[in-house]
Amino acid sequence: MTTVRPAEPVLEAKGLKASYGPIQVIHGIDFVVNQGEVVVILGANGAGKTTTLRAISGMIDTGGSVKLNGEEIVGKNSADVVRRGVAHVPQGRGTFPELTVEENLRVGAYVAPKSANLEEDMQYWYDQYPVLYERREQTAGSLSGGEQQMLAVSRALMSHPKLLLLDEPSLGLAPLIVEGLFEQFAKLNKERGMTLLVVEQNAHLALGIANRGYVLESGEIAISGEASELMNNDAIRKAYLGV
Amino acid sequence: MQLFLQRVIDGLTNGSAYALVAVALVLIFKATTLINFAQGEQAMLGAFFALQLWMWGVPMWGAVIISMILSALLAALIERTLIRPFDPSDHLPLVIVTLGLFLGINALAGLIWRFDPWRFPELFPSGVAFSIGGANVTWYAVCTVLSAIVILGSLQLLLSRTKIGLAFRAVSSNLESSQLVGIRVGPTLQFGWALAAAVGTLGASIYVANPVLSIEPTVMLTVLVFAASAAALGGLDSLWGALAGGLGIGFIQSLLVQYAPFIPTELSLLTAVVVLLVVLFFRPAGFFGTAAVERV
Repeated sequence: MTTVRPAEPVLEAKGLKASYGPIQVIHGIDFVVNQGEVVVILGANGAGKTTTLRAISGMIDTGGSVKLNGEEIVGKNSADVVRRGVAHVPQGRGTFPELTVEENLRVGAYVAPKSANLEEDMQYWYDQYPVLYERREQTAGSLSGGEQQMLAVSRALMSHPKLLLLDEPSLGLAPLIVEGLFEQFAKLNKERGMTLLVVEQNAHLALGIANRGYVLESGEIAISGEASELMNNDAIRKAYLGV
Repeated sequence: MQLFLQRVIDGLTNGSAYALVAVALVLIFKATTLINFAQGEQAMLGAFFALQLWMWGVPMWGAVIISMILSALLAALIERTLIRPFDPSDHLPLVIVTLGLFLGINALAGLIWRFDPWRFPELFPSGVAFSIGGANVTWYAVCTVLSAIVILGSLQLLLSRTKIGLAFRAVSSNLESSQLVGIRVGPTLQFGWALAAAVGTLGASIYVANPVLSIEPTVMLTVLVFAASAAALGGLDSLWGALAGGLGIGFIQSLLVQYAPFIPTELSLLTAVVVLLVVLFFRPAGFFGTAAVERV
């Protein structure tokens, strides 16, 4: 009998609760993101997907437990969570509109490890997205939605994170742009071994690059499983894949 | 013509000093969208520190530099104890805090130095540097305008080339995202308060070093109004806008005194306010500011 050695969890949430003021939105959920995995959180509007990511990043009142590489991060503020290796691309890109593209990348490296080479890292992203290089002196606010999302992802990775949180990266973008972004996410995962936790409305797209997924309903996990299982789950097909 | 030129020069000189206080207002406004009503009083207190140190025998520029540091430390303390505990998105309590500081610092200065005018040491060489068209340009005027430009240039460099400067601009641009790149917002804003106080103190010191002026606890009351008008004129979030606004306000004020003698001097402050209202009516974001655009 062979035993499968469980992969190292990068992130492990147990009984995670989150609230906005007096209103609890997440009612004690458990999930795991293992090293090198792409995990997707699906769910309808208002199910608590964004809130889950915000809870991990310490942006809202959170209870229960979230362990990052074994260390408890519930109760830590955002800056401290980021310093421990979580990069979070919020919904709506979260770039710095008044700063230039290059300054956005520089500020992204604010907590990069000392060993990181800022210029090399910037060059890497300019090679990935030549349009960012062309616009490096422009303010981020002048970029198109797709370019802003490229910048947001590049900026997040300038910090050399251990875990990348992506909140609805496809929101408001043209299908072709979205496809390119998801190819980049898959590449990040395969070539650089980046661990990703993705919140998405576009279930088909997200499950296409994911290993596993969770479906949130009203702040609780309704279904979880391998991406391929979820893809074939009738309830999910009806609710999120529109088939 | 000679009189006109003289008025322009006077206006630009005063305007440079307004600009420096305006820049202090702009620094804090950019980051927090809060107008610090105590900025002028903090600057006045700083200038009094400099005067006191000078009276104790410290060389005048040394006294100014030490007082800039003291003002920065005091501002950092104020930020930590009186500003940070309040919800940054709720402006009313914060406005009241800065108004309280305004009254408190003013009273404190009155208690220590009494409400009397004091002669401030001259920071620049005295006398006339050169004349144009019969109007005399004093060394004080030349140095004040140059100081304003050099200080703004240095600030610009600090904000664009240093890590803390970039962090400060990031916080000003997008608070939430700056937390998500690992910036500690509290200390970064504290840095902004300290920087603003240091610049304000330098501005106030240069302003009261004008040979025709003196320093007293109420000296910055009018300057604050002019500086706030200057900041609004330039656009409240633009450093160079603050300089342009300061020069503009100084210019208008100076010409009105000369050419609109029907406006009593008691009402000259009002002219700044009128200019402010007219500008805000037609250009709510000022001349160099960024208009707030929100997607709905």
